[in-house]
Amino acid sequence: MTKRTRNLLLLAPAGTWFLVMLVVPLTVVLIFSFGERAPAGGVVPAFTFEQYANLPARWTAFKNTLILAPVGTIAALLIAYPLAYYLAVKVDTKWKMLLLVLVIVPFWTSILIRSYAWIFLLGGRGIPALLGWIGFEGIRLINTPFSVLVGIIYGYLPLMVFPLFVSLDRLDKRLLEASSDLGAKPWRTFIQITLPLSIPGIATGCMLVFILLMGEFLIPALLGGGKVFFVGNALVDLFLQSRNWAYGSAVAVTLVVVMLITVTIYMRLISRLGAHREDVSLM
Amino acid sequence: MTKDNDYISKEKFMEELHRYKRGSVTRRHFLNVTGLGAATAVMGAAMPGVFPNPAFAGDIGDRVILATWPNYHDPSNFETFTEATGAHVQVNVFGSNEEMLAKLQAGGSGWDVYVPTNYTITTYVSEDLIEPLDTSKLPNYDASAFDARYAEAGSVDGQLYAVPKDWGTTGFAINTAHNGGKAISSWKEFFDITMDSFSGRSMVHDYQLTTIGNALKYFGYSFNSVDEAELADAEKLLIDVKPHLFAISSDYQPPMRNGDAWLTMCWSGDGKQLNSDLPEIAYVLGAEGGEIWSDYYAIPKGAPHMEAAYALINYLLDPAVNAKEVLAHGYPTADANTFALLPESLRNDPILFPAQELLSPLEFGAAQTLTDPNRAELMARFKSA
Repeated sequence: MTKRTRNLLLLAPAGTWFLVMLVVPLTVVLIFSFGERAPAGGVVPAFTFEQYANLPARWTAFKNTLILAPVGTIAALLIAYPLAYYLAVKVDTKWKMLLLVLVIVPFWTSILIRSYAWIFLLGGRGIPALLGWIGFEGIRLINTPFSVLVGIIYGYLPLMVFPLFVSLDRLDKRLLEASSDLGAKPWRTFIQITLPLSIPGIATGCMLVFILLMGEFLIPALLGGGKVFFVGNALVDLFLQSRNWAYGSAVAVTLVVVMLITVTIYMRLISRLGAHREDVSLM
Repeated sequence: MTKDNDYISKEKFMEELHRYKRGSVTRRHFLNVTGLGAATAVMGAAMPGVFPNPAFAGDIGDRVILATWPNYHDPSNFETFTEATGAHVQVNVFGSNEEMLAKLQAGGSGWDVYVPTNYTITTYVSEDLIEPLDTSKLPNYDASAFDARYAEAGSVDGQLYAVPKDWGTTGFAINTAHNGGKAISSWKEFFDITMDSFSGRSMVHDYQLTTIGNALKYFGYSFNSVDEAELADAEKLLIDVKPHLFAISSDYQPPMRNGDAWLTMCWSGDGKQLNSDLPEIAYVLGAEGGEIWSDYYAIPKGAPHMEAAYALINYLLDPAVNAKEVLAHGYPTADANTFALLPESLRNDPILFPAQELLSPLEFGAAQTLTDPNRAELMARFKSA
């Protein structure tokens, strides 16, 4: 067996997977997007740009997604960073493992069940009742963009914590001591040493959360009461309710393109941020 | 069974019996391992709890897959069916007829029985997604016992495709405690108070037929209108109302029960369930009209367990079984034989069986609403607005 054959054989499973699960379905979606809706639903082949011309009808869904996905990502980052920092730098080694496991524990229950729990917590008999008790009457939480944001942050926080933890855990603690020995205040050490060295973790965590959020539909459907509408929800409705596969495919293709553009810009920004440093790279 | 190697211990027998009752092994497996194959007929007579109906003599396989609506069956009926036939009933729950149709159109649903609503059946026939029914396999189906209004949509061009399950109405449920103890009576009031004193407390279905249909009734148009100008009025109303809605969802029982929502579009069975538990919640049929509907049992084309599908439908049509179903879901039956078995209180219930003057303005959903692209797109614009 030549080296080449061996390499091909080793790559074959992944290659087949990508072909069958990515390239073929995307091609089908692309072809559908130029078609027309069949009278009773589905798609009839055609070559028309009508579906793409109709895209503004889903502008609100794109707008909601493009606002809530970055806001959710940044909020998750701001909450996850101190936690990851604590786990990686501050906490006693003997507790580290236990605390890390606690971060994963929520994954043992389906996100569907956990979102249902939030419906109760944010509903009138949950947190608002508690707030009413201490004098803040009439606060509405459930079925608002806020409740969707809470659900998003809650659901995706562990995905943000882990890459941050890994990059902070690998950070050479002697650098922190050196900085301190040279008279830098803790804040300055953080800004000049810790933060730049954790950029790979920030980049990976944000990318992971952002990409998944762009396709999210479950949390807005459950915690938004059908009123906070993402592109994911638009897609579900187009395929499962109005059965307009052609238009649905056009929206899906557009979402993929929007995502590619945003992620490319994002990667450029990140690599520029880390460009002058040899020890920082995208993981 | 006198030879030692044929003997099965009592413990082993009970274990197999339990496995069989749970539906985790087939009737054939059970009869084989217990050596009872030859004694089945005797067993059937001697243990009525296990084999209640000798009509299930044939082996129909180990499962039957049912696509249906939420809170729509008595689970104990399915357990009895499994005990009797060895076929485990696997239930898939759906939120709208559109979703059911979408799954069948996409192919490979794997369903054996589904529960389409009256107005969808002609589309299933024209799309060739529904199996014509062979009544010789449904001995419990007594066509003459059904009220024709709730049975006629099951036949298309003289061919029977679906048999009636139950029927109901679509009105609204209002928590009268928040309206000075009074109910309201029309769709006009429904939308008007939603934009006023009930702001943030009202719900509409996540379902084009009823949400658009009832908005059309606000203007006195037909529930089934596909007229563009009339749909435009309905859309404007819905978009004006949207900021005042608590939610757009067909799962309205939880928020109505916990007090987050005070007013919701509502199917009569849910109305009955809510009113029974919380008497301050009234079920109302809009004075302008609204929907009357009937649901059916049908078999999709190419059902993988055809015999089991017929067996399940036949079983559910048994009046004694059907009466238990009605007690569980709270929707009226169109079957006179089942009706006769219901308790007096249900037979006179005003939510299940509204007065004739309230029923007469109601409309059955029309087939064109299911496939009309404008209604589907209107609903999507409303949700994404």
